[in-house]
Amino acid sequence: MTLKDFISRIAGPEVRVLQSEAGIRLESTPAAVPALAARLVEEKGCEFATLVVEHQGDDFELHYFFHGGEGNATHVVQLTTRVAVGDQVPAISDRVHAADWDEREAEDLFEIHFAGHPFLGDFVLHDTEWREGVAPLRHDFDPRQQRPNGGRGGTWVPRRVLDEPGSLVFPVGPVWGGDSEAGLWLLETPGEEIRQAHTRLFYKHRGVEKIAEGQYPESALLLAERFSGNSAFGHGLAFCQALESISGTAVPPRALLVRTALAELERLRYHAAVIAEIAGSTALAVAKAWGQELEEELLRLSGEVCGHRYLFGVVAPGGLARDLDAGGLARLRSVTAAVTERLDRFEHLLERSSSFLDRLEEMGTITPELARSYGVVGPVGRASGSSMDLRTRLPYAAYPDFTPRPALETEGDGYARLRVYFHEAREAAILVAALLDNLPEGPVRAACEPLAGAGLGWVEAPAGSAFHWLRVDEKGVIRRWRAGTPGFRNWHAFHRAVEGAAFQDFPIILASFGLSVAENDR
Amino acid sequence: MADWVLKGLARGIRTTGWPARVEETPGVTPGRPGAVSRDDSPADVGVCPTHALEQSARGIAVDFGRCVHCQRCRGEGGVPWQDDFEWADWSTQSRGPLPASFRRSINVRYLDAGSCGGCMGEARLIDAPSYNLHRFGIFLTATPRDADVLLVAGPVTEAMRTPLRLTYEAMPEPRRVVVMGVCAINGGVFGQSYACVGGVDAVIPVDILVPGCPPPPLAIIHGLLLAAGRAEAASLERAP
Repeated sequence: MTLKDFISRIAGPEVRVLQSEAGIRLESTPAAVPALAARLVEEKGCEFATLVVEHQGDDFELHYFFHGGEGNATHVVQLTTRVAVGDQVPAISDRVHAADWDEREAEDLFEIHFAGHPFLGDFVLHDTEWREGVAPLRHDFDPRQQRPNGGRGGTWVPRRVLDEPGSLVFPVGPVWGGDSEAGLWLLETPGEEIRQAHTRLFYKHRGVEKIAEGQYPESALLLAERFSGNSAFGHGLAFCQALESISGTAVPPRALLVRTALAELERLRYHAAVIAEIAGSTALAVAKAWGQELEEELLRLSGEVCGHRYLFGVVAPGGLARDLDAGGLARLRSVTAAVTERLDRFEHLLERSSSFLDRLEEMGTITPELARSYGVVGPVGRASGSSMDLRTRLPYAAYPDFTPRPALETEGDGYARLRVYFHEAREAAILVAALLDNLPEGPVRAACEPLAGAGLGWVEAPAGSAFHWLRVDEKGVIRRWRAGTPGFRNWHAFHRAVEGAAFQDFPIILASFGLSVAENDR
Repeated sequence: MADWVLKGLARGIRTTGWPARVEETPGVTPGRPGAVSRDDSPADVGVCPTHALEQSARGIAVDFGRCVHCQRCRGEGGVPWQDDFEWADWSTQSRGPLPASFRRSINVRYLDAGSCGGCMGEARLIDAPSYNLHRFGIFLTATPRDADVLLVAGPVTEAMRTPLRLTYEAMPEPRRVVVMGVCAINGGVFGQSYACVGGVDAVIPVDILVPGCPPPPLAIIHGLLLAAGRAEAASLERAP
């Protein structure tokens, strides 16, 4: 039974099918949501994408997004339900574990109680800094109001799980010895082995989704690019695609191809940086230097061709802010073409370094079952047997015509992840060349007039699938923006890779995940 | 077994010649907008979303402490951009450079107070071979107790406010604070909000400002050299 047939049969007193073409939209009572969500995921193999909550009047509207289907017939499924403020919503995360953090975030930022969720509170807004009952994403909350008496920071005492003589909790972060991002990891150990790991993030929560409310898209685009700078182009692109889907804008073909080429350039640079970090985490200094040299070259290339090393200010609603000149495109073509051979040689040398492989093999394993349960995305997912890649699953921009060869590993360990990074970096370089060889002439920007409505844009960002959902009012002002990011999804599963490892493996597993904290914290 | 040491040696030195030599490789800096006099400034300051450009009677002035490199004023009909990177400047309350005994070597502690990853990515590259921070006798240290300079990125989120203060308090005197990126200077695109303090100087004293979004590695190094008393300050304000 196809997804569409399945959808057509579930209509009943509790579930209404609003739309079944060009995306599927369902509406149901809150009570029917968990069973329906579980059937979509368990029976139809759908992936949970993101949960969007809107506060409208005295109600909350919850939109659960999934995607799934067979072969070329893949669809985004939007399941909407409505509850009054103060009412409970049954949690879906005991059946759909991937939605766990989405529900925790919605509870913390909207004060919606998810009935049956085992672990609510102290998530985005740390209890040491904020009293309970603050709900910044409700529409009557003034985001510009600063907290009086901030920064007194009470002492947070983590819950301990391990009860053994001599066991201790080893905190890593939020200020690190090295140059890692702010985040706290509590490692519980009886001596050497990490038995329990607890990830505490949102030290970097900047409230970007809230402060974008009331802004025009051109201002909010600055935030979309800057909340996670090393995936700026991907997130900016998803944000613009959401706007374009609301206004029904057809982006010119040349812009579609250039966007795709730049998204792949970003992926290539991101993966080069991750490879450098992995090499560095095992103290392989020369290999780290090679990775950093490649990263720096690609940053310089981006700066030379687009004016910005991290590709800020290039994408725009309706296409690109401006066309790239012929010289820049030729540079992009020649530099990326030369990269594939270097990556081959680099990987070959790493594969011959047994001391390096010893640190990665069977290290930080995420089994395919775990990856599926946590809905792990991106390179980490593809190293654990998941074929999920939005570029092929829900192709956007020029990906319908320019398909990357998928990476697929099943071991789920650090080495499998390293192979995926190399494979995807090479594929990115090959794709850039193919795109630039087929670049049509023409304009690079179409008018993207604001229209009232809501829309979803998605990209396969370097770290995995990103979903940006926007509601825009009749003046073109943003009323709600939700960024579902790969960091948010994958950090959720990170502690499972760490548990059972030895202490000195923690930085290696961290590096092999290649995630951004800023992308998670927003 | 791969012979990494030999491979590394065979690759030779890949480090920039700056500051002894001029560094003009394309892409080492995103550049920055320059001021224009009234006679040749048809540009519209309204394109700037962060009010870094200001129209005055004499032309267009630039407050580079606000520029986030959105590039909307770049190109035809805009203002001229300069490809420099020696951007660091003293803050208004700056204590100046460290005493003379620190000229040859300083230790730096890096702190992420909510950076987007852009500043962090650039800060990670300052001791990469292309820039090689160590040739200046500048080292990144793991603890604030050994640090002479605190290098901070990000708009200071509420949750990082206390760690930032505690880190600063743990540093011995004399100490200096270098803030990198427009976010750390004034909150940048995140501004002041329920979640953001909007600049490091609201929590601890700041000595040196390195503007940019993000500042490229050479601009960060310029800021650190300024702290060591080994470079000249630039000016964030450009008048026509």
